[in-house]
Amino acid sequence: MVLPALFMFLLFGVVPLIGVFALSFTQWDGLGPIHPAGISNWRSTLKDPGLYHSLWVTFEIIALSWLVQTPISLLLGTFLAGRQRYRGFLAVLFFIPLLLSSAAIAITYKALLDPNFGLAAGLHLSFLAQDWLGKGNLAIAVVIFIISWQFIPFHSLIYQGGVRQIPTTMYEAASIDGAGRVRQFFSITIPQLKYTIITSTTLIVVGSLVFFDLIFVLTAGGPGDATRVLALDMYKRGFMSNQMGPASVIATILVILGLVLALLLRRLGGSTTASQQEGA
Amino acid sequence: MTTSRRNFLGLVGGGALAAGLAACGSSGPKSTPGSTTGAAAGSGTTYWFLTGQPQQGIREDQVKRFNDANPNTKIKTTEFQNDAFKQKIKTAIGAGQGPTLIWGWGGGGLKSYVEAGQVEDLTDWFNNEHADLKNSIFPSAFTAATVNGKLYAVPGETVTPIVLFYDKRSFEKIGAEPPQSWGDIMDLVPKFNDKGIAPFSLGGQSRWTNMMWLEFLFDRIGGSEVFQNIYDGKKDGWSDPSALKALDEMQKLIKANGFIKGFSSITADSNADQALLYTGKAAMMLHGAWTYGNMKSAGKDFVTGGHLGYMNFPPVDGGKGDPSDTVGNPGQYMSISSKASQADKDTAKKFIANNTLDDATVDAWVKSGNIPVVKSAKDKLSSITDKSDSAWLNFVYDTAANAKNFAQSWDQALSPTQAETLLDNISKLFQLSISPQQFASNMNAVIGQ
Repeated sequence: MVLPALFMFLLFGVVPLIGVFALSFTQWDGLGPIHPAGISNWRSTLKDPGLYHSLWVTFEIIALSWLVQTPISLLLGTFLAGRQRYRGFLAVLFFIPLLLSSAAIAITYKALLDPNFGLAAGLHLSFLAQDWLGKGNLAIAVVIFIISWQFIPFHSLIYQGGVRQIPTTMYEAASIDGAGRVRQFFSITIPQLKYTIITSTTLIVVGSLVFFDLIFVLTAGGPGDATRVLALDMYKRGFMSNQMGPASVIATILVILGLVLALLLRRLGGSTTASQQEGA
Repeated sequence: MTTSRRNFLGLVGGGALAAGLAACGSSGPKSTPGSTTGAAAGSGTTYWFLTGQPQQGIREDQVKRFNDANPNTKIKTTEFQNDAFKQKIKTAIGAGQGPTLIWGWGGGGLKSYVEAGQVEDLTDWFNNEHADLKNSIFPSAFTAATVNGKLYAVPGETVTPIVLFYDKRSFEKIGAEPPQSWGDIMDLVPKFNDKGIAPFSLGGQSRWTNMMWLEFLFDRIGGSEVFQNIYDGKKDGWSDPSALKALDEMQKLIKANGFIKGFSSITADSNADQALLYTGKAAMMLHGAWTYGNMKSAGKDFVTGGHLGYMNFPPVDGGKGDPSDTVGNPGQYMSISSKASQADKDTAKKFIANNTLDDATVDAWVKSGNIPVVKSAKDKLSSITDKSDSAWLNFVYDTAANAKNFAQSWDQALSPTQAETLLDNISKLFQLSISPQQFASNMNAVIGQ
């Protein structure tokens, strides 16, 4: 049973990885022959301040999108796991952004944010007429807002599932002991969701690390290089500047970073695989 | 144990995501594009070109006429959107899967094909066998088709200079005349701002829109040789005193609020920059001649009511450049793949010689509001009955024909490596986040690459 999956993983995962690693030691413009270049790509790329800028922007987006998404998803997920009226209807509404493609979202937001013909003009709200995508910090804030808007539904879903797994007996016991809802949330829900939080965090961190499509369509890394994340830097060097060697160096760095971060987060969850749930 | 599996899945999923992205970086050129296997080398003469009217229809008609006349050597076509085409053609040519006829913009892109040995040298064939056709084409169109003194592409289609558009109504409001010099422009800026009209519209997010300004300022201040030196890879070409002065003037205009507020959030592909001009929010706009058609169709009575004015970019006081010089796209280009079979190459040559600038094509271009790259276009202009179209086409023809130097857009002329760095730095220059000196040294670092 595992063979077909293993074959696909090797063919589309491992083989290209080896290819990229090999390409990082060559000089190639994508058109002509491939020339070996030794470690010159690594040397020049690691010396390039552009790389560190992209790394910084990437970490900024990872950190900020985690900070925005996790609390909201956690609260929404807990809410959706409850038994209130209209919950099913609201869940469908919350879920809508996840159904849209990133490119469509980016194009829509670009039109809405246009300072002259966008939302500001449509609603006659002049404070909305900001230079949203034209100022570095504003552009990053806009990117994080849209990423969060798009992915909070997904993480809410994960938390909803997690909260449903918590035995109701724990809450009943807490109520008898006199714990209020807030106290229950912090003393039962959050500790019980430890692994769910780690899973969601891993997905946010690794997902943000390779985040590409929305930023590519929305700002193309601009203004200047304010929103140029590592994945975009790789694409630009490879396919716009025709420098496959340096692009492969960045691709390799991305893979290593992704693996290291994912491993770290897994370590954070502790080596024990035992559930914290009562009776499990 | 569900938690641990979720963790594991997260890890594998993350790894696969990264690997998948890495795959985009390397396996692209090696893959055989499924949708275009019919167009691969060795399966007859093939031609890839861009969608978008009216150009698409004119190209389709050219091929149809050829195929009707040559039923045994038909050309197969595949059509692409602009951005998809740019990616696809490069990848396909690199993989030896490109079309026989390679459509392009000449300049730096063509040069990279030539250096990789992917396109045919057409010098002898075109100069000897088709001297008439050669002599009928604007001489300025050949620069971007020539690499190291040899012709690798035949110019075709249309000539589209960048021109300064303005709204006559806005000038009436402030009681001023269109600018005759750079000094006039700087004087007009506060006058328009006082009346609540933005002096210039600009789709700054698109970056190449900002570049058009520098192309003209470099030329008007230092003459055409400033960029020629850069193009030739002369060391420190970007720190030429005229170049630094042009960059400085550029930032002066930005600091004086010469451009509409929030221009860095405006894109050219949505045509929002044109809308700012025809809705009266901005008074002037530097843009390609290709925007005329859209402003006419989308701008209500802006064009038909005679409110649109246009002129070549004015001179800069004390500048060395010839005021007749212009920049833009001197033409589009067709090359022939060196990997194609001899029979396919011959078919492609026949098509280029007989069907790309024939009478029917020239007629169709003029009717669509464009100036084809041939001198005979002038004779066709008298047949245009629409008054605004006729005046516009005569202006475009004269601008192109009288230009002492018709420079190709920088991002097309330079190599892809330099072009990308250039667009980045232009964006930063317009953000005022780098100085002219920093711009020059960033660009000098990639010169000749």
